[in-house]
Amino acid sequence: MAESFILIPGRTSEQGCGISEGKFQEKYQSQINTLQVSPGDMQRLGLIKGDRVRLTSEGGQVEVSVVSAPKDELPDGILFIAYGDLSCRLMSADTHGSGMPTSKGIDVTMDILARS
Amino acid sequence: MSSADYTRISGGTVYDPANGIDGVIKDIWILDGRIADAPSDPSVRPSRNIDATGLVVMPGGVDMHCHIAGPKVNVARKMRPEEKRRGEVLHRTLTTHSGTMGSVPSTFATGYKYAGLGYTTAFDAAVPPLGARHAHEEFEDTPCIDKGFYVLMGNNHFVMQSLQEKEPQKLKAFIGWLLCATKGFAPKLVNPGGVEVWKSRQGGNVSGIDEMVEHFQVTPRQIITGVTQAANELRLPHPVHIHCNNLGMPGNWETTLETMRSLEGHRGHITHIQFHSYGGGDGDENTFNSKVVPLAEYVNTHPNVTIDVGQVLFGSTTSMTGDGPLGYFLSKVYGGKWFSSDTEMEGGCGITPIKYRNKSLVHALQWAIGLEWYLLVNDPWRVVMSTDHPNGGSFLAYPQIIRFLMDRTYRRDVLATCHPMVRERSTLMDLDREYTLNEIAIITRAGPARILGLPNKGHLGPGADADITIYTPNDNKEVMFEMPRLVIKSGRVIVEQSEIREALIGKTLHVQPHYDVEVEPSIQQWFEKYYSIRWRNYPVDLSYLHASEVVPGI
Amino acid sequence: MAHTASEVTANAEGLKVIYDATCTFCGCVCDDIDLTVQDNHITEAKRACVLGKAWFLNHSIDDRPSCLIDGKPASLEAGYDRAARILTDARYPIVYGLSDSPCEAQRVAVSIADWINGTVDTTTSVCHGPSGMAFQGVGEVTCSLGEVANRGDLIIFWGANPAESHPRHFTRYSLMPKGMFLPNGRKDRTCVMVDVRRTKSAKAADIFIPIKPRCDFEALWTLRALVKGVELDPEQVKADTGVEISVWQDLADRMKAARFGVMFFGMGLTMTRGKHANTEALLALTKDLNAFTRFVSKPNRGHGNVTGADNVVSWRTGYPFGVNHARGYPRFNPGEYTTSDVLSRCEADAAMMIACDPMANFSQPARNHLASIPYIALDAKETPTTRAAAVAFTVATYGINTGGTVYRMDDVPIPLRPAFDSPHPSDFEVLSAIESRVKNILGIRA
Repeated sequence: MAESFILIPGRTSEQGCGISEGKFQEKYQSQINTLQVSPGDMQRLGLIKGDRVRLTSEGGQVEVSVVSAPKDELPDGILFIAYGDLSCRLMSADTHGSGMPTSKGIDVTMDILARS
Repeated sequence: MSSADYTRISGGTVYDPANGIDGVIKDIWILDGRIADAPSDPSVRPSRNIDATGLVVMPGGVDMHCHIAGPKVNVARKMRPEEKRRGEVLHRTLTTHSGTMGSVPSTFATGYKYAGLGYTTAFDAAVPPLGARHAHEEFEDTPCIDKGFYVLMGNNHFVMQSLQEKEPQKLKAFIGWLLCATKGFAPKLVNPGGVEVWKSRQGGNVSGIDEMVEHFQVTPRQIITGVTQAANELRLPHPVHIHCNNLGMPGNWETTLETMRSLEGHRGHITHIQFHSYGGGDGDENTFNSKVVPLAEYVNTHPNVTIDVGQVLFGSTTSMTGDGPLGYFLSKVYGGKWFSSDTEMEGGCGITPIKYRNKSLVHALQWAIGLEWYLLVNDPWRVVMSTDHPNGGSFLAYPQIIRFLMDRTYRRDVLATCHPMVRERSTLMDLDREYTLNEIAIITRAGPARILGLPNKGHLGPGADADITIYTPNDNKEVMFEMPRLVIKSGRVIVEQSEIREALIGKTLHVQPHYDVEVEPSIQQWFEKYYSIRWRNYPVDLSYLHASEVVPGI
Repeated sequence: MAHTASEVTANAEGLKVIYDATCTFCGCVCDDIDLTVQDNHITEAKRACVLGKAWFLNHSIDDRPSCLIDGKPASLEAGYDRAARILTDARYPIVYGLSDSPCEAQRVAVSIADWINGTVDTTTSVCHGPSGMAFQGVGEVTCSLGEVANRGDLIIFWGANPAESHPRHFTRYSLMPKGMFLPNGRKDRTCVMVDVRRTKSAKAADIFIPIKPRCDFEALWTLRALVKGVELDPEQVKADTGVEISVWQDLADRMKAARFGVMFFGMGLTMTRGKHANTEALLALTKDLNAFTRFVSKPNRGHGNVTGADNVVSWRTGYPFGVNHARGYPRFNPGEYTTSDVLSRCEADAAMMIACDPMANFSQPARNHLASIPYIALDAKETPTTRAAAVAFTVATYGINTGGTVYRMDDVPIPLRPAFDSPHPSDFEVLSAIESRVKNILGIRA
């Protein structure tokens, strides 16, 4: 069953390095395609690293694999993903007159697709 | 000779006060962008003749104090979309870029508007050294005029440290080094010492020129005297440009008087002196009054001192200053948005929207005090027209100021609309003096060029840059001066009746004084300890100067 | 002139060292990098952070063609012609990107937008554009980064994660430096981190305040109230911000007691609901605090020269980003002339994308529209945007192959020291060539 989360896309140093190495290289791609989930939510949902989930927002839908966020980094109920192609597909086009789509703190629902 | 490509301006009534020419009908010859002697061979014909019969011919205007480029000017542009939205716009044409106005025009608009007014040279009055590169970049996008800038030094840590350590030779070398490193034109002191205090504590400032600046243990007087002496010894064309302490404060006239005394007979320029000529005390509006009479008396009897006015005009504008604590004060007075930025080792900055109202006693007095200054300094060569653009108002108000000076009836009509107490608190009502065209030519071009030490500006003698403005005479001097018939820059017609014909880029004027390079290692040592950029990346190299001229020392 | 050691030393083996080169990866614009260069390759980037090392050491010359038209190799001349034609044929062309170009190239791009009555916008609009709008509302009290190093004794990061996005921020500017008035460096400073995640940066802080997502506005107004001594309902504060009022009171007290406080803020504020209202609250709080002490704030700007883009667009048009020239003069309206909006509303009919990647970073509707119109892309590397461009130019990399000027996040302009030549033209060269053709087509003599 789909569950609601708040998604925070953001920069990471790995993602930043990946830009310089090349956006079509594996390092960058794996960074921006991996969703961090709090250890508590991982456990509660029975997720392990590599499981595939679908995120759906008002703006779009993407599929990613999950990994547990480093200890303490992420509170339960919040998801993190490195800023990139996938995170931006979840933004809505509306900028509320600011020019800036809401790119952080996005409401998403998560469906578990495949367990590895 | 016959192949020489001469331009001749014929039959105009020429005002060239630097060469003693006061309304004489004569021809002006131009060759290779400069004024030339009339060819001795009478058979030589000019390639182009500009018939100026019945018109007035003057050198191009020189604005020696305005804020047109660099970090704080650009912040002010960003900060005020609201006034541009309703303001005049400049459409893009086949020869010009588009632009926006408001109180702080975009770069291209600035160049076009100065040229349209018959001004061909302008100096930005306050650039922090760390922002010098930025100012030069904007200059390249500011067409039609020649330009330069003054370098903020009055709160520079190395300056204060050298004074504290009683090392005048070090100070002198530092000033020389800094002018070379920034490709600047003159040392500028802004609220010397006071800005440093503002940077170090809440609401900080100095209250007078003998108050000690914390940490550095120097007084504003020591900074003024020390920099003035060092700059004069460096033989700079314009040794020092001073924005006194206590700008805008009731009772500040005594600070101004003491500042002039602290020059100790050396050449020095007191800028926007209108803002520094107030009597009264304790911020009490009821005691606020003009003290131009005693200050002008000092200026009249001390030929080492020159001034520009910083005329206030009624209306809305943007205050921008290197005087950080002043920006804070004004933001509290007006309560609007406020920008403040402190630059490491060098200075501060304050920006806030302001409005001068004729019904306000303080504002109306400021307006009257500015005019008193023009009328009470006897020698027009030592008083220069300025609005401290945009602080007192736009440079576009110069034609109106000329009318105030040439037409006492108009002046009195406007005075009559002001707060009634102005007539008691200033002498403006009693001043009958009216400027002549020749005197206007002095305070708007010949005088500032001489004060700046520019040998090729402000006059029409052979060798001068062929920067010339041709006006259509009119009884209403505002009309006459706001729309020149022709403006010529470096020998080329750039404006006809307010329309830009050719947007020449203009050049940057800077100085390159000789200084003791042995001092550089100690500057470097200090620099590397405290700056956030590398020593090597600090100096502005020549690649940033699109076209330039080194103005020689005197 | 300053007489320093030579900026470049070279030996017989072709090994070259560039001293004090400038890294343009992030807004820190570190200008103290010593680059060792051999055979058109940087083998060492001394003092560079992890991002800087990746930037310099991975830089090799792409053996892609300098120009592709419709995905096929083409001559530069053909590319310039086609680009100029696309831009001049369009009714609503947009020029976008610019944050990874030097100011010299940015200036040409703004000229092109002016000549073609186009819109010019920079990646600021999807970065700190909202901060720019907030600034227009309340102003800003700020300083250069050296002031922070020399004076800042309370350093607050709000919605920012410099440990990952600006790795040398702490050591060069904000936490570690031994400054003029902070002789003991880090020991003389208190660092507070406010964020929804306990990021790597939070580990460097003395105090971490974990707030509820999307409550920055409420938290900042709580502080504004406490700083001014307004009484608040503790339960309401806890409910609104996820944090006890005592924590906020403690922070407010520290802010007022600091000698020189600094708030750095990141896209945690600008990209989250509230956007410019969030940053406006922060800028206003900073202003309020100056009634008690000295306090400044500063956005942690991202790309190497995004700050330069703000400056160039401002001095040329009077507005910082999102500038429309359709009427022949500049107009500004975020939300109307900003690229994300112009594309997602299907208004633009042609585009020029300079050193940016909207095909990967924009919303789906914006991408769909961009894919449907002819556009030109300039980038040093291949990206989803260059792949779908009508004309794609591979350009030399600024700061590595080409010189120019870059503005650090605190508006300090810094020169670039290129390490080696590229066979590809610089973006300045490409844009200049396009501009001259555009002017020819339109009969512009300026």
